[in-house]
Amino acid sequence: MEDMKPMRKRVLAVASGGGHWVQLLRLRPAFEGCQIVYISTNAGYQADVQGVLHVVMDANMWQKMKLIKMFMQVAWIVISYRPDIIITTGAAPGFSAIMFGKLLGAKTIWLDSIANSEELSTSGQKVKRFADVWLTQWPHLADEHGPKCWGSVL
Amino acid sequence: MIFVTVGTQLSFDRLITAVDKWSVNNPSDKVFAQVGPTDYAPKHIEFADFVAPDVADGLFKQASLIVSHAGMGSILTALKYKKPILIMPRRASLGEHRNDHQLATAKWLGSTPGITVAKDESEIEILLNNRNTLNGGGGISDFASPDLVKRLQEYILAN
Repeated sequence: MEDMKPMRKRVLAVASGGGHWVQLLRLRPAFEGCQIVYISTNAGYQADVQGVLHVVMDANMWQKMKLIKMFMQVAWIVISYRPDIIITTGAAPGFSAIMFGKLLGAKTIWLDSIANSEELSTSGQKVKRFADVWLTQWPHLADEHGPKCWGSVL
Repeated sequence: MIFVTVGTQLSFDRLITAVDKWSVNNPSDKVFAQVGPTDYAPKHIEFADFVAPDVADGLFKQASLIVSHAGMGSILTALKYKKPILIMPRRASLGEHRNDHQLATAKWLGSTPGITVAKDESEIEILLNNRNTLNGGGGISDFASPDLVKRLQEYILAN
């Protein structure tokens, strides 16, 4: 029943370390009033946020074994938290969260890093079919059949 | 203190070597470098492979100058603390990254106040010699552009 739904949206926000994380932090006002859980690759980032932070293996698309472990860690978090919304600034952990989340019925948002000013990131290109909202931060990379641009982290 | 950082993903020995070499003739300028996953050990500057996020944050705040790869984490943090940052982009042709997006970053951010681009090692040396002319920028807002925040918020609440 519709009125049995909890009022607070469950948001899962995902980013690898470094620039991806710094950009995700800049989106926090958009999560106001939501229940929020984070995934990143460094336990030290807990100091940056109020919500629970889950730490997963740091792996990129070129490290197969690490990738598999990270995919499983992310899948477990998505299955146990059951977010309404998954939002990520990349890279590989965000890709896997969006993939699993989409299969479980979450709405998914990919915001490609502002560093990708000439073409979308590799993960960003591959994530298209799983992302409900597929965003670049560069107006010149957006088009009708490609990613949209809703603004930037700067 | 000059804080040199290459981020946590990949080494960038070309940058570390350039600063280490410069340091030979500038021993009174204290340098701390976070060198990433590498076997290369600089000889004339203090360094660590990695530092915890809170330590890195402290180093950004303490430093009078940041020297960095052209990664957005370092750049956004330097802008936030209004610290001058000297960036040298990684090059895919030298195996320093998977593509040349850092060259693109250097191109679009190169004229931003607070950011100076060194194309290569020789420019690192020249710009470090002129470090007193490098100034911090005017700072950035704490959060993303209001239009982006608003549209994300609307989408989250509607779904």
